[in-house]
Order: sequence, then structure tokens, then C-alpha cells
Amino acid sequence: MENVFTHTAYSSYLNDHRLMGSKDLQTGEVFLPPRPMNPETFSTTMEWVELKGEGTLQAFTIVYIAPTAMIEAGYDRKNPYCVGIVKLEEGPMMSGLILGVDVRNPASIQIGMPLKVSFVDRGEGEGKQTFLAFEPA
Amino acid sequence: MPNHKLARGVALVGAGMSKFGAFKGKTSRDLFVEAYVEMLESVDLGINPKEIEALYVGNYSCDLFEGQGHIAPIMASWTGLNPLPAVRVEDACASAGLALREGILAIASGMYDVVVVSGVEKMTDLPTEKVTDTLATAADVQYEIPAGFTFPGFYAAMATAYMHAYGATPETFMRVGIKNHQNGSMNEKAQFGATISSMMEGRKASAAKKGLPIPEWKDEMDFLHDDRANPIIAWPMRLYDCSPISDGAAVVLLVSEDLASKYSRNPIYITGTGQASDGALHDRQILTSIPSARLAANQAYQMAGITPADIDFAEVHDCFTIAEIIATEDLGFFEPGKGWIAAEQGDTSRIGPKPINLSGGLKSKGHPVGASGVGQVVEVWKQLRGQAGERQVPGKLRYGLTHNVGGTGQTCLVHIFERRD
Repeated sequence: MENVFTHTAYSSYLNDHRLMGSKDLQTGEVFLPPRPMNPETFSTTMEWVELKGEGTLQAFTIVYIAPTAMIEAGYDRKNPYCVGIVKLEEGPMMSGLILGVDVRNPASIQIGMPLKVSFVDRGEGEGKQTFLAFEPA
Repeated sequence: MPNHKLARGVALVGAGMSKFGAFKGKTSRDLFVEAYVEMLESVDLGINPKEIEALYVGNYSCDLFEGQGHIAPIMASWTGLNPLPAVRVEDACASAGLALREGILAIASGMYDVVVVSGVEKMTDLPTEKVTDTLATAADVQYEIPAGFTFPGFYAAMATAYMHAYGATPETFMRVGIKNHQNGSMNEKAQFGATISSMMEGRKASAAKKGLPIPEWKDEMDFLHDDRANPIIAWPMRLYDCSPISDGAAVVLLVSEDLASKYSRNPIYITGTGQASDGALHDRQILTSIPSARLAANQAYQMAGITPADIDFAEVHDCFTIAEIIATEDLGFFEPGKGWIAAEQGDTSRIGPKPINLSGGLKSKGHPVGASGVGQVVEVWKQLRGQAGERQVPGKLRYGLTHNVGGTGQTCLVHIFERRD
């Protein structure tokens, strides 16, 4: 079996602003990030599937002490960001940056709130990389 | 899961640790030797090091923290244990708990009778952002870290899910920190050997001495609400909700049960071990519990033939204050959603019905990540033998438990210890 459901392939789709997962043809279950094997049934009959990008917020935090990559993206104590876990309509949960929320007022950010996918491009030309984000629907 | 049994019993007959803290000018091996020598001295009837047959070293990331890989043979060399087999094991912050389990399995298998189990980490050579990056490699660097998660961030996210589900507040978490600093103030090995109120008074005194305005904190909670004194790291986790960046080593001596009385007047028996693994945090069915901890705990309880109610006290993996609350539920001490109420009521204090983190926990004692799991064992050893000094739990103790988590629960190990007399 050649595994095509790689991080490289996922990232390449993400760079084209497409949120792609894998779908088990036997069970219909959708995996995001894409997996080559269903961890419950061990089936490897997967195909690519594009997710609608609609979901709900399950957990979040406002990060004030950022890792190096986020500092380079312009975030720090004075400019904190929200990151969370989102349950997609198709089933899977995924980590993503949460944009368009009031990071100074965490009480305004509600678990369960509907979100839609957003794509954040960093870098230019060949160095461009797209990161998964969500924003209020 | 089948109910596994050890093929023969294992006893703990010695334990030692370095002080945990930030030690400029000391490397892993320097701290390791301190802990090893204290372990040798703790063996009641003495041990000839020539009787030791193998060394297990828990270590998370000497490669990135110190630029030194292949650390186990170096620890063996510096303690005169070469040419014995020297094994480094890694499961992030659960590395030392894993070393303990591997040592137990080696003795239970009949391969060895006497082994040294240890953990060591030297974190403070790197600046904070590089430490954050290094710790982040224990998460999924393809799918979690690019989103912007940090370790405080993961646990903070679990805290928001927990608050939403059960009604806890950021003040609940602050009370866990106050309690653990209270316990740690009685531990001479702790990185922060001070209560939060004494640190608060210290800052007032320091301001007065410098002629600066004296902060007007009414009490510990007032101090902990101050964004300047207790800044947000990842909301709702603030500085005093987070374990520190630490250096340290811890070492214990395990022998087969039949040899226990040769070395110890008061051996401690390891009667339960459990371990489980899991995927990324976003890949779980539940965010208010750590499923691997529940599985590991159930394995350990079954092996030991006891229930959570039998445990007299526990050292749990409070890398963040929310983690302690979730741990007390995952270990079965309190119902899901009730751990925060127990914490607020003082049930987990030193004099409460279920004392948690008598050592001060990772929060106050320090968290040299790959050493913490064996550091917990040192506290259980002291408490069960009545050697914990000022912080000794009063009354007769029979069962102690350790709970050591790697990452956000991609790994968890639980061990149960028994005093028999």
C-alpha cells in the first residue's frame, strides 16, 4: 500500500485553501487530519474528501506567552491570540487558530459557538505557508 | 483489557533526589550524582553498588535542552555503574514513570534482582521561548503546534471545557496553587519552598526597601488576581497555575520482593502498575478528562486488588492546576465534575480526607520533566515510611499512588505503593 494521505499532501491542499480529510469507504467515517488507516477497523480503503469547514468551538485559550513561530507571526503578550479545538460538522475535531473573537474578553467567547473555516497565509511566493483557522460563522 | 499480574513482586528499598530548581553551572550528570548518593544512603541496611544489575533513566530531551544525547551511559559512568546495561526511556513528562515501570517489568520477568530507576532533566540553560518550543515537541508538531497551541495552552483549553461543563472558575485553580505552595513550603527539596502569602509579603517588603509604592494586596487571592503579580500565560492559566522550568534528578532502588528484607527494615511494595497511550488532544471524545489516566489507574487498581477509596494519599501530575483537579477525578477519588468542589472544600489538603501532592507537587516542588515521575516516588517512599518531616501526613498510612502524565495524556502511568506491617 502506498500512503498518499500524508501531512505533505494535506498541507498542499491547505495552501490552496482547501480543508481536506480522508473518508473510509467502508464505514463512511471522515478523518481530519487525513489518516491512511481507520484506527478502529484497521481498514485502509480511504479516499480524499473536502470538508465544508463548518463546526462548533469545543475548548479554547488565549495565549499570552507564544511559541517562537507565533512570535514571528506578530503575536506576544501585548497581542495575544485565541486557539481552540473545533468539532467539524462531518465529525472530526481539529486544532486551529480562532480569529475574529475578542481576546481581551474571554467571557464573550462561548463554547458551542458556530465557526467557519478561514485560511491564514504567512510568507510570500515559494515560502508561503497556509495555516488552519476558524472564525465566527 | 485483561487483568495482568506481575510474575513476581517488586519492592522499593531506597530513594533519593537532588533539590529541584534552577541551577546555573550544574548539568544533568551533576544533579544525577547528588540524587544517586542520597539514594544509596537511604538504604536501611546498606547496598554494595556491585549488586546493582541495570540502570533505567527517564529523560525527555537532553538532546535539545543540553545538546547531549545518549545520556544513560553517561549517568552510569558518573555513578560507577558501567558496564551495566544503561537504558534511557522517553515518554515526554512521563519518562521517569516509564523508567519505573520498565524497571518493575525487568525484575518481575526474573531478568534482574536489583535495578536502579531514575529520571533527570536540565531545562534552565535555554531561554523560556526555546524551552516552550522544546516542550511543544511532545505534542503533535504537524497538527497541534502550527495552530498556535503551547502546553499551558492545551491545559488552559481543557480548563475552559471543564469550566463550561461543571461550573469551576479561575479561582478554583488558584486555590490548588495555594494548597500546593503550602505543602511545598515544608519541602526542603522544593524549587519554591514558600507559601504564596510569604512570596506576596516578600514582594511588599522588597518594594518598601526600594522606596517604591507598596502593593495593596488584601490576601493571597487578591495577589493572584493581579495581572502584574500573576500574569496570564494562557487564559485561564496564570503564572501561579503553571509548574516552573526546572532542573533536577531523582533515583530509586528496586529489588525483587524476596530480597527486600536484605536491604530494608521497612520496604515499600509496588503492587500496581498501569500505562496507557492516546492521540492528540483534539482527537479525543472528551476534553474534561484524560482517558489514558483512567485506563492506567484501572489497570493499577486491578493489579493491586484495591479501589480508589483505599488510597491514603497521592502524588499527581499537576503540571498545571487544572491538571490536578482532572487527575483526582480520573483516579476515581471524586466523581467527574466533582473534583473542583473537593479542591475548594479542602478535601485534598494535607489534613483533608484525600491529601494530594504533599511534596508541593510539580507546581511548587518543580518540574524537571523527565525526572518528575520518580520525584513523585521519592515523596511516596518518605510518607509511607513516616520520614516526611513537617509535611508528614498524620496517622497510619498503607497505600500511596503516583500519577505521571506525558503531554496532555498521550501517555499516562499510574503506580500503587504499599507499606506492610
